[in-house]
Amino acid sequence: MLSFYSLFYKEILRVWKVGFQTVMAPVLTTLLYLLIFSHVLEQNTNVYPGIDYTTFLIPGLVMMSILQNAFANSSSSLIQSKITGNIVFVLLAPISYWEFFAAYVLASMLRGLVVGLGVYIAALWFSQPAPVAPVWVFLFAILGSAMLGTMGLIAGMWAEKFDQLAAFQNFIILPLTFLSGVFYSIHSLPPVWQSISHFNPFFYMIDGFRHGFFGLSDFSPWLSLIVTGVCLLGITLLALRLLKSGYKLRH
Amino acid sequence: MTAAAIEICQTYKRYGQLQALNGIDLRIEKGEFFGLLGPNGAGKTTLINLLSGLALPDAGQLRIHGHDVVRQYRTSRRMLGVVPQELVFDPFFTVRETLRLQSGFFGLHHNETWINTVMHNLGLADKADTNMRRLSGGMKRRVLVAQALVHKPPVIVLDEPTAGVDVELRQSLWHFIRQLNRDGHTILLTTHYLEEAEALCTRIAMLKQGRVIALDSTQNLLGALTGCRVRLKLAGELPASLLPQVIEQTDKDFLLTLPSYSALEPMLTTLRTFGITIQEMTLQQPDLEEVFLRMVRRDMQ
Repeated sequence: MLSFYSLFYKEILRVWKVGFQTVMAPVLTTLLYLLIFSHVLEQNTNVYPGIDYTTFLIPGLVMMSILQNAFANSSSSLIQSKITGNIVFVLLAPISYWEFFAAYVLASMLRGLVVGLGVYIAALWFSQPAPVAPVWVFLFAILGSAMLGTMGLIAGMWAEKFDQLAAFQNFIILPLTFLSGVFYSIHSLPPVWQSISHFNPFFYMIDGFRHGFFGLSDFSPWLSLIVTGVCLLGITLLALRLLKSGYKLRH
Repeated sequence: MTAAAIEICQTYKRYGQLQALNGIDLRIEKGEFFGLLGPNGAGKTTLINLLSGLALPDAGQLRIHGHDVVRQYRTSRRMLGVVPQELVFDPFFTVRETLRLQSGFFGLHHNETWINTVMHNLGLADKADTNMRRLSGGMKRRVLVAQALVHKPPVIVLDEPTAGVDVELRQSLWHFIRQLNRDGHTILLTTHYLEEAEALCTRIAMLKQGRVIALDSTQNLLGALTGCRVRLKLAGELPASLLPQVIEQTDKDFLLTLPSYSALEPMLTTLRTFGITIQEMTLQQPDLEEVFLRMVRRDMQ
């Protein structure tokens, strides 16, 4: 248990030491999105009745920051450790694959949630969407960050070079987040893209999260919960299996 | 029979086309100072990686103090401290943070007293709060040693710890490692420097292409080489009768082998007969390098 805690603490300490880059920078980036998109689209877009576009956008951006930062944390920590070689200190220690998994994923979740909270607090300056159902907000934030933290773990294990990780990020994570309805409701899309969006698990996370704020969503939050839960379960099992076999870590 | 410090049975490991380990059997007793020698690619590091769990064996069993490194990895890894060959470090942390975290990974809380002792013994005390990035190569090497010792492992593995290390550190490092060995720690050392193994190790295994080609006490391995070498600097040409004994020649510098010390006097007589003056003469003891080269050559034949 102490091994787990130490690894978790190491991950948090790492984030803390470069907090400007790991927390402040993503908050700033997201605020720029908010500033620009809300300025350009405020007049023309009305997604849900009675909710202006800036207000609509905030939960999506908060969730996007949670997801992206949870992914960035485990993946970049692992790839850095692998490339610099200091991953051996963890591998030499009597740390079980469970502890390894839990430490990396929980630290990623924490970073994702802290950044998400930072974005939310900063966004309050523009608009003040208060969650009508905080339980949904909390639940989807937890599940989403866990999912992306786990995906980051897998990507970090798989990648052998920084450009491979960048490819994973740019060709998988980024399209999935941008096409998940962060900036729009998928009901505003042509039917083909609507159907395609239904296969994007990120869509359900954002939709469910947004439901917690407005009580309105494209789908029932229960459906989103099931889809997110099943995806998280699947990806967790995959990660644990890879860790147990020592995939690309213990040669 | 009590468990050996390290026990390796019929261990195989293949990387693609390369059979890195080809049926290794080795038993290292508690308290030994054991040397693992071999040319690059002989399988030394692979063997250490299997012992420490950085790699998994294709076949065979490896045990540390009787604990299987795969099935009982939690116990076996607690028994083992490894100083990796590569100079690796985590640039986010200071020396003390690094050592505290490493303690934690091994499940040790409140390890401050021992951490201070290790830092003191390795001359790291005044660098305790310095970031790892700011340390010189030699200092980073010391931290690696400290990290391996942080959980007081009974078995310590050093994978070429003095590669690229200055003389002063080498001396102080060996002083400390010897001290640990005297305190009862088992030491397994791989090195390129044969004189290092010769001076430190009580027993030596030589590896080549994933096999153990020699395993004996350092004394016996050296004893297997009778005779000596003599290096001569002459004022004239070497008499033809001595030519078969020449191993090396540069200008008027000759290196000759002698079957034994008693062959020295006849050689000097021959030189005197031809009226050749000796300008310089040194006698050389057989060393591990010689044993090693012979073993490797014999193995090839």
